Amino acid sequence: MEPILEMRGITKVFPGVKALDDVNLRVVPGEIHALVGENGAGKSTLMKVLSGVYPHGTYDGDIEFEGKPVSFSGISDSEKVGIIIIHQELALVPLLSIAENIFLGNEVAAAGVVNWPETNSRTDELLRKVGLRERSSTLVDKLGVGKQQLVEIAKALSKKVKLLILDEPTASLQENDSQKLLDLLLEFKAQGIASILISHKLNEVSRVADSITVLRDGQTVSTLDCHAEEISEERIIRDMVGRDMAHRYPDRTPKIGETLLEVSDWNVTHPDHSDRQVIRNVSFKVSAGEVVGIAGLMGSGRTELAMSIFGRSYGNNIRGSVKLRGKEIDVSTVGRAIDSGLAYVTEDRKALGLVLEEDILRNTTLANLARVSKNGVINDAEERKVSESYRAALGIRTPSVFQKVMNLSGGNQQKVVLSKWLFAEPEVLILDEPTRGIDVGAKFEIYTIINELAAQGKGVVMISSEMPELLGMCDRIYVMNEGRLVGELDGREATQEKIMSMIVRS
Amino acid sequence: MEGAAISIGGYLKNHLRDYGMLVALVVIMGFFQVVTDGTLMRPVNLTNLILQNSYIVIMALGMLLVIVAGHIDLSVGSVVGFIGGLAAVMMVNWDLPSFIVIPVCLATGILIGAAQGYWIAYWRIPSFIVTLAGMLVFRGLTLWLLEGQSVGPFPREFQLLSTGFVVDIFGTAKPNITAILLGALTAGSIVYLAVRSRRRNTEYGIEDEPFPFFLAKNGLVAFAILYLSYLLSTYRGFPNVLITMAVLTAAYTFLTNSTTLGRRIYALGGNEKAAKLSGIKTEKLTFLTFANMGMLAALAGLIFAARLNTATPKAGVAFELDVIAAVFIGGASMSGGVGKIVGAVVGAFIMGVMNNGMSIVGIGIDYQQVIKGLVLLAAVIFDVYNKNKSS
Repeated sequence: MEPILEMRGITKVFPGVKALDDVNLRVVPGEIHALVGENGAGKSTLMKVLSGVYPHGTYDGDIEFEGKPVSFSGISDSEKVGIIIIHQELALVPLLSIAENIFLGNEVAAAGVVNWPETNSRTDELLRKVGLRERSSTLVDKLGVGKQQLVEIAKALSKKVKLLILDEPTASLQENDSQKLLDLLLEFKAQGIASILISHKLNEVSRVADSITVLRDGQTVSTLDCHAEEISEERIIRDMVGRDMAHRYPDRTPKIGETLLEVSDWNVTHPDHSDRQVIRNVSFKVSAGEVVGIAGLMGSGRTELAMSIFGRSYGNNIRGSVKLRGKEIDVSTVGRAIDSGLAYVTEDRKALGLVLEEDILRNTTLANLARVSKNGVINDAEERKVSESYRAALGIRTPSVFQKVMNLSGGNQQKVVLSKWLFAEPEVLILDEPTRGIDVGAKFEIYTIINELAAQGKGVVMISSEMPELLGMCDRIYVMNEGRLVGELDGREATQEKIMSMIVRS
Repeated sequence: MEGAAISIGGYLKNHLRDYGMLVALVVIMGFFQVVTDGTLMRPVNLTNLILQNSYIVIMALGMLLVIVAGHIDLSVGSVVGFIGGLAAVMMVNWDLPSFIVIPVCLATGILIGAAQGYWIAYWRIPSFIVTLAGMLVFRGLTLWLLEGQSVGPFPREFQLLSTGFVVDIFGTAKPNITAILLGALTAGSIVYLAVRSRRRNTEYGIEDEPFPFFLAKNGLVAFAILYLSYLLSTYRGFPNVLITMAVLTAAYTFLTNSTTLGRRIYALGGNEKAAKLSGIKTEKLTFLTFANMGMLAALAGLIFAARLNTATPKAGVAFELDVIAAVFIGGASMSGGVGKIVGAVVGAFIMGVMNNGMSIVGIGIDYQQVIKGLVLLAAVIFDVYNKNKSS
């Protein structure tokens, strides 16, 4: 059959990184084409190339749609020909109605005056099509995530969609909402609408997909036809992760001591929706000198777990106990958690970790000003000595500690955040994506620092989306999915396949 | 040494903002000195200038903290009026002595600030809304308290708060020796502190301003203080409010530069989430910032009432705008986390000198407003332009 979409030899280079390398994707009319791969494999980049977010000319390769070569310079161009993308983070305006959202930017209007009766009747028709029983005047704010997803799809239908792209549509949905959504895709397929489904949930992929393209490290690994042969999940997983260890990790001989941190039966609900349980009955422990990993996909609740433990910085209705060396500790505020010996290095250093306008010196001492002050008066000389010593110890490459942190590279910024938390003298450090967005050389330095911390007898919890990193660094790995710990692996025995299969089968 | 030293030009470029406003103040003073044929710097006018601006400067100290913390306080003008009215009612109508009235008024100011800070800090209601409400509420309460009338005059000892002068302990002859000595002492302390901090920086090998620049800057500052002291000494010496203002300025400079409290306010304004995740009690800090603002507004209210020697329902109208303008002219950032006490004080004096100078020249109140508005806009544009250029 003639393909509706053919992408050939797509190569997209960002400064220093080849995000896509000669990727091919072929979608035939009326099929559901699954696109799978690890975080960072290039799925989203590929879809951004397709939808025109990265305009024609910023990438190499050809795109043909319905047999004609196309060159989009923005989303509006791709929407015009019928390619609609629905992102993981929904792009709805919460305080507008369903009807207003569906026709936003595409209003049913004459000379700028909106025809509301027509808008509402067309909305009702679209809502019927996607099986959403809500009034067109209902505010999107009042809908759950599942229903919002349907509104997005209705919006796509309003634009005469020919190829629908769904980026992780079921990631934040409950089981029955996910089923409904997949059924809807099958219905569209019957009507001849093709879809590209990006998903980590292989059971869903096996259920609805007609063909599967696997991406890894920006390359097409395989394209599988689900009707020609039985495709096993093992096969997909192997294609997804099957690579050599790309990075190197510094050696370490673990010297594991007594149990330091012990978290039991930890339960947390969403801060805004108290009926949504984000963390369910999580229990884990960390020993002195141990590096413990928490693996899981984005949205699996790892950050939420860490932040809820660290001074209730996330969530509501937090239940459970935290013990340090067998004694229950108070972690009800960030200050108390720090005093009890915890530190949390955030995954989002710019938004949550640093005061960007201020210099290295001030950022370094922020969490433990008491140690460089007396009666509330800061000892400048002492403070300089301290921050200079951390700059030297962690190898922060700047002319002076008076450099504003906003001017530093990602790796150096991360070292400043680490300095701050090392200076707070914790016993257990929770590192959330400690190497996100920093280059390979700096990564190695961060790994070395982590190993040194463990060698000093501190407990380290490492949250990471990069599985090779966890395999290379951790003594033990917990696997988390949908707010639960779904497995625990010894660092030596763990493989990416084992972790992946724990996630996709949970 | 040669390698470590940086060129004066390069240094100036990096610190344009720090000196820009000081230079602007000097230029504006020079300009008005010329166009008023020397009236501006006459001792009597200089004294007047200080008395006229003292309450703006005092409130700018608190407003700087509020703005650095990422908020705004629109209620201060109304608080000035309310506290003035309260003082008048207590002293004039009830005959209470000023040593009771002054502490009660300051405490009331703290309470007013705390009441507003409570909603802002713990309920996360935008400060713009809360203090806008406060602005209306306290203006209304001022009218109610004074029953729409002016109340006065105040007892003599209360007036001294504003119109009193430091007594010359060396007799009554002119020039006033005490004033000159105080000026010399201030200039000496500033130079001493600068030298000490420079020596420390050199010890640590920290980049500092080039030596000629250091010398010129401190020399000029010391000379300016001595010269102004001399001018004042030929009239009636140092006004009491000048001492109040100087002591408060020094105290708040110390607070912002050297204390953990000050440091935390900057971190709070720079990145509230990061501050919170560093164990800083951001709510309490916001609350305290507003309580402090309330206290300083109350002090300004007392000084203003003492100066007019009467409390009127219109007292303090639109003061908040002058105060906020002073802080922004002084280089504070609307988004919080950036700003200096010295900047706010210089900003207040830029506004003050312009008010005074334009009045002497005889520019109408209409054009005065236009010019002040444009100066505020220009100062902020200058900031943004500098920031864009450097990044």
